Amino acid sequence: MLAESLFFSAVLFTIGVVGVLTRRNAIIIFMCVELMLNAVNLTFVAFARVYGAGGQVFVFFVMTVAAAEAAVGLAIIIALYRHRQTVDLSNINLLKG
Amino acid sequence: MLLQQAGPAGAHPLSGTVADYLWLLPLLPLLGFVVNGWLSLASAYRAGPTDPGAAHGADGQDGHAAHDATGGGAHGDDHHPVARHRYAGLVSLIGPGVLAAAFVLAALIFLAMRSAADVHTPFVQTYFAWMPAGDLALDVAFQLDQLSMVMILIITGVGALIHLFSVGYMRDDPGYARYFAYLNLFVFFMLVLVLGASYPVLFIGWEGVGLCSYLLIGFWFNDKANADAGKKAFVVNRIGDFGFLIAMFMLFANLGRLDFAGVNAAAASLPVGGPVVTAICLFLFLGCIGKSAQIPLYVWLPDAMAGPTPVSALIHAATMVTAGVYLVARSNLLFAMAPVASLTVVVIGAVTAIFAASIALKQWDIKKVLAYSTVSQLGYMFVGVGSGAYVAGIFHLMTHAFFKALLFLGSGSVIYAMHAAYHATHSHDDAQDMRNMGGLKRYLPVTWILMWAATLAIAGVPPFSGFFSKDEILGSLFLRAGHSTLAEAHWLGMPGSVVLYVAYVLGLAAAFMTAVYMTRMMLYTFHGPNRTGDREREHLAESPWIMTGPLVVLGVLSVVGGWFNLPALIPLGPVGALDRWLEPVVGASALRITGGAPVEASHGTEIALILVAVAIALAGILLAVVRLKPERLVPKVESPAEHGFEKVLADKYYVDEAYDAAIVQPLVGISRGLLWRGVDVGIIDRLTRLIVQSKDDDQAVGTSVPMGGWLTRAVGYLGSQLQSGQTGTYAWVLVVGVLFVLGAFTFR
Amino acid sequence: MMTHGALPLFYVFHFYLFGILAIASALAFVTRKSPVAAVLWLVNTMFCLAALYVLLDAQFIGVIQVLVYAGAIMVVFLFVIMLLNLGHPSDVDDVRGTWWKLAGGLVGLALLAQVFAITRPRVPESLTLPAGTIANQIAATGAIAPVAGPLFREYLLAFEVTSVLLLAAVVGAVVLGKRRERAHAR
Repeated sequence: MLAESLFFSAVLFTIGVVGVLTRRNAIIIFMCVELMLNAVNLTFVAFARVYGAGGQVFVFFVMTVAAAEAAVGLAIIIALYRHRQTVDLSNINLLKG
Repeated sequence: MLLQQAGPAGAHPLSGTVADYLWLLPLLPLLGFVVNGWLSLASAYRAGPTDPGAAHGADGQDGHAAHDATGGGAHGDDHHPVARHRYAGLVSLIGPGVLAAAFVLAALIFLAMRSAADVHTPFVQTYFAWMPAGDLALDVAFQLDQLSMVMILIITGVGALIHLFSVGYMRDDPGYARYFAYLNLFVFFMLVLVLGASYPVLFIGWEGVGLCSYLLIGFWFNDKANADAGKKAFVVNRIGDFGFLIAMFMLFANLGRLDFAGVNAAAASLPVGGPVVTAICLFLFLGCIGKSAQIPLYVWLPDAMAGPTPVSALIHAATMVTAGVYLVARSNLLFAMAPVASLTVVVIGAVTAIFAASIALKQWDIKKVLAYSTVSQLGYMFVGVGSGAYVAGIFHLMTHAFFKALLFLGSGSVIYAMHAAYHATHSHDDAQDMRNMGGLKRYLPVTWILMWAATLAIAGVPPFSGFFSKDEILGSLFLRAGHSTLAEAHWLGMPGSVVLYVAYVLGLAAAFMTAVYMTRMMLYTFHGPNRTGDREREHLAESPWIMTGPLVVLGVLSVVGGWFNLPALIPLGPVGALDRWLEPVVGASALRITGGAPVEASHGTEIALILVAVAIALAGILLAVVRLKPERLVPKVESPAEHGFEKVLADKYYVDEAYDAAIVQPLVGISRGLLWRGVDVGIIDRLTRLIVQSKDDDQAVGTSVPMGGWLTRAVGYLGSQLQSGQTGTYAWVLVVGVLFVLGAFTFR
Repeated sequence: MMTHGALPLFYVFHFYLFGILAIASALAFVTRKSPVAAVLWLVNTMFCLAALYVLLDAQFIGVIQVLVYAGAIMVVFLFVIMLLNLGHPSDVDDVRGTWWKLAGGLVGLALLAQVFAITRPRVPESLTLPAGTIANQIAATGAIAPVAGPLFREYLLAFEVTSVLLLAAVVGAVVLGKRRERAHAR
């Protein structure tokens, strides 16, 4: 089952990447990142079956950090929305050089 | 220092003797250079008499308002006496002192060599590994054998005498310390040259003496003519050095060795007379042509007279220019294996001898006469070593060092007196032109007598030294023209014997001319009425003893120097001493050229050759005495211009002008027009302006388009597009980057 | 590719079923215009993934996935969408223009291709455990033990540091999310 799991994982990851590249809504982009993380989790779990339980422990940590990241990221989006009244990323370009 | 005495199986007979201190020999003059150099610089930082060199070109501060650097009209040899150099006393002690010490050491080593048991092989001292690079294993090593011993004695002996002379000659020059520093450095490099145990170490000395020659020729560099002369010497020498380098490359490529012992051993593997050994010898000789002023690279030597006269004596008469002869003698094994190259040496030597002698016939500057005479005599030396008579060539080198140094120092004495006279009357006439001299025997009697001794020596009148050495060269040449490997070879299609006979005739003709122009010089300078001027006459006086002392010593040597290698026919003393001394070094090659056995001539032939040589010398002197009338001369400023062939001779056959037109001007033209304007300004500057904006270059020439920094601004604009502030763009860039990285892994 | 021969058909069928469902849900998620719909599709994806985890002998992880990821994180997303009133399909087309979509698709394909090219599983023999090790462990000590054991032994430090991380995240979220009206008034 290892190869199939990796296949699914790769496809999910790619879908996440495409989503990040093509969407403009900040929240959607954020969720695409979460999708990528999930794909990676699948890889870890699949390999854990072959190499040992360390993979599952890693998934544990990924989830924890993803939770923390989601919290902080959404707080940033809220602050951004309050400031700019939009979450459209093409309008948020103050770092223009 | 790691000292290793090399020798085949067992210690060299010279190790353990005073020869162990061989390294001290060049070290002494080097120390002199360091001390004198420091003294010359130290005074620059205090308000002392200003040496043009120490004060970095700022001359003056000597109180003389209108200091005319060209002084007495002749280029070079001018210095208005100012206060003596601050450290003159110390320098006078150290400069000649180290030379004297070196000579004493050389004499001791010579005695050790004489008393040691058979010394067949060179005594080599290796100091450290210089270039252990793959197949090339070069060490810095000195070697002592009979040939280098002779050269060392000449260099330190004659050098010490010239240093003493300089103490008097340069006493009032503000550059006193710098002069002795350079002179000591020169002796150091010259000793390295003759002591080197390999071609590269020799080359270090070779280049070093070239450098010192440049420094000393342009000693009074405030006058552009002197600086130009120094540059000319260095550049022309460089052309020869190129040949030397090519020869070294070929040696390494074919033999794999560059030390003399290794080359001589490995040379046996090369085919005799083959293209490789001939090419190596020809390229080596190209180096000699440059260094020893043969045709076509002799043009720097007459210009080198711009330097102080003792410099001309030491460097351009006795030592540096003889380095080429030494090189050929050192490489005797190679030259003996290449008859064509040896013939080339003879031809060029003979042609140079007569060519330079002809020019000397019509020169008015006393130093120029001697300069061309040196070129001519060097030609003789090359005829000697080229024809396989290595001992004869080195013998002439030795006697020439004696009488030519004497001639130059004597002329220095004359110029010193003339200079003092002109300075006393504030005249700006040429102190070196013979037309301004005349009848000086009344005022400089010691100089007069000694210079006659040298003149008779150089003309080849017995029993002076020059007769023995010159006769040996011409005699050997004649005999080898009849029977030797050279005679059997062919040079440019002509049979070698014909070439050698022609060279013999040219040598005789040059000897005739030598006698003529030397007598002419003596007549115009010392005899007849005095043309210096009524007011100057009362200031003419003999030089101080410190200058005439060395002259006396050299005079004695010029007279008795022939004793060093008396021919069998004239057994006034030990016969063939130099022959036997140099036999371990050059004997085998000399025999190879004469076909296995020393060439013997019948008594009749030898006597005939001697008589011919003497007759020619005497005839030349006689012709000059009879035909040249010093009374008819007028001072230089009133002298009529030359006409016809005399003008050609006086103008040196226009060789310098030809070089200028054919080589110098095209080079300058290409450099200026093509390389500077075309490449430098046109291409490189434009490229630079493309990248860097200068506020003066806001517009390209001929347009109204701002050009400056265009490329930079374009790239910058592109770069700034990367920072759009759009997160989406950044994400894109990130993913594309990841793709590239993955691609690297995929297609590894 | 590992052979399916040793595994029961039930297992394999469900594996593929949930896998394909996950991919389909992900595709749906990426193409929704409405944020709320997108969130719900993502939740579905996570459920399918949880199922996959269970099938891969990671039951504990599967449950945690549902509890934490689907149940907490996605709920927070929904909460924020609600808070900012972004639930309606936006008037302007949220997805960027055609060119972007095309380029994105190409990049995605390229990425996929490369990932495949380099991740052909070449399992080093020395590192692999005998087949079914985890399953045996779970059978012996329960589903949580394989995770908990290493967590509190080898990875104890990481565990503690993560707790500090969570603290920092909480503090950060609170600070960033605060209203700052009082500051503006001045």
